[in-house]
Amino acid sequence: MKKRSLIPILYIAFLMLPIYWLVAMSFKTTNEILSGFSLFPQTFTLENYITIFTDPTWYWGYINSIIYVTINTVLSVCVALPAAYAFSRYRFLGDKQLFFWLLTNRMAPAAVFALPFFQLYSSIHLFDTYLAVALAHTLFNVPLAVWILEGFMRGIPKELDETAYVDGYSFPRFFVTIFLPNIKAGVGVAAFFCFMFSWVEMLLAKTLTAVEAKPIAAVMTRTASSAGYELGLLAAAGTLTIIPGAIVIWFVRNYIARGFAMGRV
Amino acid sequence: MRTENQKAWFFVLPVLALVAFNALVPMMTVVNYSVQETFGNNQFFWEGLGWFEQILRSDRFQAALGRQFLFTFMILLIEVPLGIIVALSMPRKGFWVPVCLVLMALPMLIPWNVVGSMWNIFTLPKIGLMGYFLNDVLGINYDMTQQPLSAWITVIVMDVWHWTSLVVLLCYAGLVSIPDAYYQAAKIDGASPWSVFRYIQLPKMKTVLTIAVLLRFMDSFNIYTEPFVLTGGGPGNSTTLLSIDLVKIALGQFDLGPAAAMSLIYFAITLLVSWVFYTLMTKDDAQ
Repeated sequence: MKKRSLIPILYIAFLMLPIYWLVAMSFKTTNEILSGFSLFPQTFTLENYITIFTDPTWYWGYINSIIYVTINTVLSVCVALPAAYAFSRYRFLGDKQLFFWLLTNRMAPAAVFALPFFQLYSSIHLFDTYLAVALAHTLFNVPLAVWILEGFMRGIPKELDETAYVDGYSFPRFFVTIFLPNIKAGVGVAAFFCFMFSWVEMLLAKTLTAVEAKPIAAVMTRTASSAGYELGLLAAAGTLTIIPGAIVIWFVRNYIARGFAMGRV
Repeated sequence: MRTENQKAWFFVLPVLALVAFNALVPMMTVVNYSVQETFGNNQFFWEGLGWFEQILRSDRFQAALGRQFLFTFMILLIEVPLGIIVALSMPRKGFWVPVCLVLMALPMLIPWNVVGSMWNIFTLPKIGLMGYFLNDVLGINYDMTQQPLSAWITVIVMDVWHWTSLVVLLCYAGLVSIPDAYYQAAKIDGASPWSVFRYIQLPKMKTVLTIAVLLRFMDSFNIYTEPFVLTGGGPGNSTTLLSIDLVKIALGQFDLGPAAAMSLIYFAITLLVSWVFYTLMTKDDAQ
């Protein structure tokens, strides 16, 4: 047992090393970073973080990202719920083909869609809005949410639905008051995945925004090019992007393993 | 058992409308471009299947496709066995389980461009931890901005760092669902650790492993942001994977026709391979 636990420890150490380096860099001055190697910050500074929290172009990058990610998560889970219910409970014409077609959208490279998306959202005057990014991200999040929720719903016996109807529940009331509480974990996991993939995706988010809804990634690239090589600032900005993910993951920690298996174990 | 009910289509309608809007309109735009030639000014000329022929024959596309398959093959080869090994040696219950899971999932929640920048500053010679360690402590000549081999290793290690946890978490989910009675029975029979793995753990992990391979294939085949930020496709063209090349043609040179044709070929390849995985997976589900 003792020897066995060495593997996860080594693996986690490997995962943490680059993250440690990013965090350590964020507390260094740019001068110290460029002057050579040091394992710990020699002149500990909060200057990089102060810059980010006082400059609106910086902190609005985070707020913008969080807004479109939230819209996307709510939207994706809401439309996916009834669809997943249909897939888990009924057979209908073309259901298998439809399910696979939904999944194919997870396979489309974002790079393929970048330019057409730009044209589409420009033509309906949604370019540079939160809604544009949130809608674009549903392309890969909705199929995923349907997939996960369907897995969780399949584990709920059909007798539950039938009993409720016998007891005189209408469908909407049954769905909200009985069915939803039973798949709470599934909804949480689906929301987590939508949050995750919308938060980490940057190519479409950058393509569909200019000023008003600019995500943090776009702010970071601009700084990297205009202000020379502000490595300390870049590291601080990067460190801050890890925090929302870490918070969200803590909430779903007990369901995460099952969630990654799409409820299929 | 699922019952036949055509009204179920109404439940699927919102999803259908949303995804169709996002998928079909852009897809038709791409198809439109792929059969036309443009010199700007919104003037288009019919080109037929010319672009497809040109792309399929071009050395540049074939080289990028080759690099893409090599990359995907290598990361699957490393991530899947490594993920299984880590999942097998993880504790099954107790205080450390959630801690392990959260720490392992952390890399997946970092925005992709940050992953690229992070590995960039991690591997810089003289300044980065890994670059310094390899060059100045171990004396290995390592510089991913100059040497194609170093760049390749860095891109692969970065992907292993980023995504192996997905395989770990999936396998772990499969493993914890095995009842203790199976292990007890194996113990009574005097089964070796290998046969416990081969006949109890591996069959239980089959479904989740297929999902893992499917997801890893799709995502690694579409990878763009991380290697682009890390190496920019260089040095030279050595780490120019398919997506990076595509964006270079579409946005860099604004050759919309060839880029669109390339997009469709690219998508078709991903679709074909994923379909094979998907059929394998649903065959398991049906049993």
